[in-house]
Amino acid sequence: MELLKRQEDWKITYTHALGETASWFYVQIRDHAKIFGKRDVASGRVLCPPRAFSDQTLEPTGDWVEVGPGGVIEAFTIVYDKFNNLPDPPYAFGYVMLDGADTGIGGFFKGVDLTSPEAAAKRLGVGTRVITRFAEKRTGDLLDFWFEPSVS
Amino acid sequence: MSARVGIIGIGQSNFQARRDDASYPDLVREAVALAMKDAGLGFDEIEAVVYSLSPDAMVGIGNAERLGVDAVGARNKRFLRINTGGATGISSVAAAWTHVAAGACDVVLTAGADKVGECGDSQTVLNKIWDPIYERSLPLGTINMLAMSAVRYMHKYGMTEEDMARVVVKNRRHAARNPHAHLRKETTIDEVMASRMISWPVKLFDCCPQSSGGGAMILASERWIKARGLNAVWITGLAHSSESYYLGDRMGRHVVADHADAHALAASFRKSYAMAGITDPARQIHAAELYAPFSNTEFHSIEAAGLAGLGQSPAMLREGAFALGTNAGAVVNASGGTLCTNAIAVTAMARVAEAALQVRGDAGERQVKGARIAVASGNGGDHQFFGTMVLEA
Repeated sequence: MELLKRQEDWKITYTHALGETASWFYVQIRDHAKIFGKRDVASGRVLCPPRAFSDQTLEPTGDWVEVGPGGVIEAFTIVYDKFNNLPDPPYAFGYVMLDGADTGIGGFFKGVDLTSPEAAAKRLGVGTRVITRFAEKRTGDLLDFWFEPSVS
Repeated sequence: MSARVGIIGIGQSNFQARRDDASYPDLVREAVALAMKDAGLGFDEIEAVVYSLSPDAMVGIGNAERLGVDAVGARNKRFLRINTGGATGISSVAAAWTHVAAGACDVVLTAGADKVGECGDSQTVLNKIWDPIYERSLPLGTINMLAMSAVRYMHKYGMTEEDMARVVVKNRRHAARNPHAHLRKETTIDEVMASRMISWPVKLFDCCPQSSGGGAMILASERWIKARGLNAVWITGLAHSSESYYLGDRMGRHVVADHADAHALAASFRKSYAMAGITDPARQIHAAELYAPFSNTEFHSIEAAGLAGLGQSPAMLREGAFALGTNAGAVVNASGGTLCTNAIAVTAMARVAEAALQVRGDAGERQVKGARIAVASGNGGDHQFFGTMVLEA
C-alpha cells in the first residue's frame, strides 16, 4: 500500500541569561581579550570555564585567576563529515588546559592543515602546546578565541 | 534486602532504519504486545507503567509519552516517564524494579520506542544537550564527544584504529545472528578502516546506526511470580551512578574522572556487583550487554564492568576474548550491541532484555553456551548517567 510521510521543522527561539559568573568571564574576553578561571576553594583547582560553585564540594568558588594564553591540548577531534546545522567540514576542535587552569576549556583549533587526518591528528596530539588567538571583533562568546599550535 | 524482582516478559521489535508502516505509538504497541505475549498476561494484571522516552526532539513530538499512554494500556494506571538520555531504557527498568521492590506494585510494565531514522538532524538535537553558555557554540555532538574519549584512550593506553575496527567486526558477526539487530551484515577490519572518516578517529563503521523500533519488559514480585508458578529472570544487582557535567573537568590536572575511561560506570558496576554478591566479574560473568554506541567506547565499558584491567581490553580482544565462542571469560554484546542497533529511547532496555534472554537460554543463534549470570549497562547524556544490572536465571 502507499505509505505517506509528513515533513516538519522546529524553529524555536530562546534568550538565555548567562548569570553573573559567565557574564563577567565573557566581558573580560570581549573587552580585554583575557581569559579567567575561578578557584575551587577546597582543592585550589582553577576551574576554566569558571563556575559559580564547585562540582566537587558544591561550595561557592573563590577568586578570579587569569589563565593562558598558552596551554596544552587535552582532547581533540577533527570532523570530516557534514552534520546539519553544524559548521562545514573539515574543522578541528577540542579542549585545552590553559596555563594556570586545572580543567579543559573548549575551542576550535586553527592553523593546522587538516587534509590528512593522520597528519593533523599527530599535529594536535594530547599534550601539544598551543597559544590562544583572539578575534579582532569580539562579541562575548566562546568563538571570540581559538587555539593554534605554538611555533617551537 | 526485600524479596527479589523478576523479569517475566520481554518484547523487542526487529529494528530497522525506518518503519514507515508504523506510527510512533504503533511501534510502542508492537513491543508491548510482544512482551505481554511472552509473559502470557492480560492488561488488567499490569498495575503501573514506566515509560521509556529520551529527548522528545528525536521523535519530533513534545512529551511523546502522552501519545504513548494508549499504546501501553495505561488508562486508569500509575504512569511515569523516565529520561536519562541513552541510559533511559535501563533507568526505566530500574524504575519498574523500584515500584515492585518498594512493595507498591506486584506487576509493572516498562515500554517505549524510538524512530531515530525519522530525525534528519540527530546531531543537531544532540548538540542541544550541551550548555548554551560555555559549550554549545562548539559543534559538540555525541559522535564528537566520544571521539574525544577515543583520542584520550589512545593517548593513555595505545589503542589503535584497527583495535576499534576489531570491535565492529566482532559485533557485526554477533548481530548477523540476532534477528532483532539493525546492522546484520558482517564486515572486515579493512572495510571498517576504509569507511569514511566522520570525526577522527571515528569512522562511519565505528558508529551505531539510527534505528527505529520498540522495546518492552514486564517485571513482577517474587511472591506474585511464585504464586503463579511462572519462570523469571531475577535482577540480583542494580545501581546507577552519575558523572559531573563539564567535559573539560574530565581532563587536565587533579582529574577525578578521566574522559578516556568510564569512571561513574565503573562505580555503578561495583555497586551492582556488591548487591549481587559478585566478587570476581571476569570469572563469574558469562554474558555482558554493554552500552557502547561507538566502537572505542566498548573498551572502557568492558573495563568499567571489571572484565579487563584499565587499558587491557584491546589486547584481550586481539587474542579472541569477548567474542561468541570464546572459552575465556564473558562474551560482550552477543546481540551485536548498541553498535549495530540504536533506537535511543529503548537501547539500554534492549541491553537488559538481551542479557535476560541469555540467562533464560532463549538467545537463539546468539546464545552464550551455559550463560547463567549476565550483566547489562546503559550510558546517557554527555557520558553522564550510567545504569547497570546483574541478571541471573
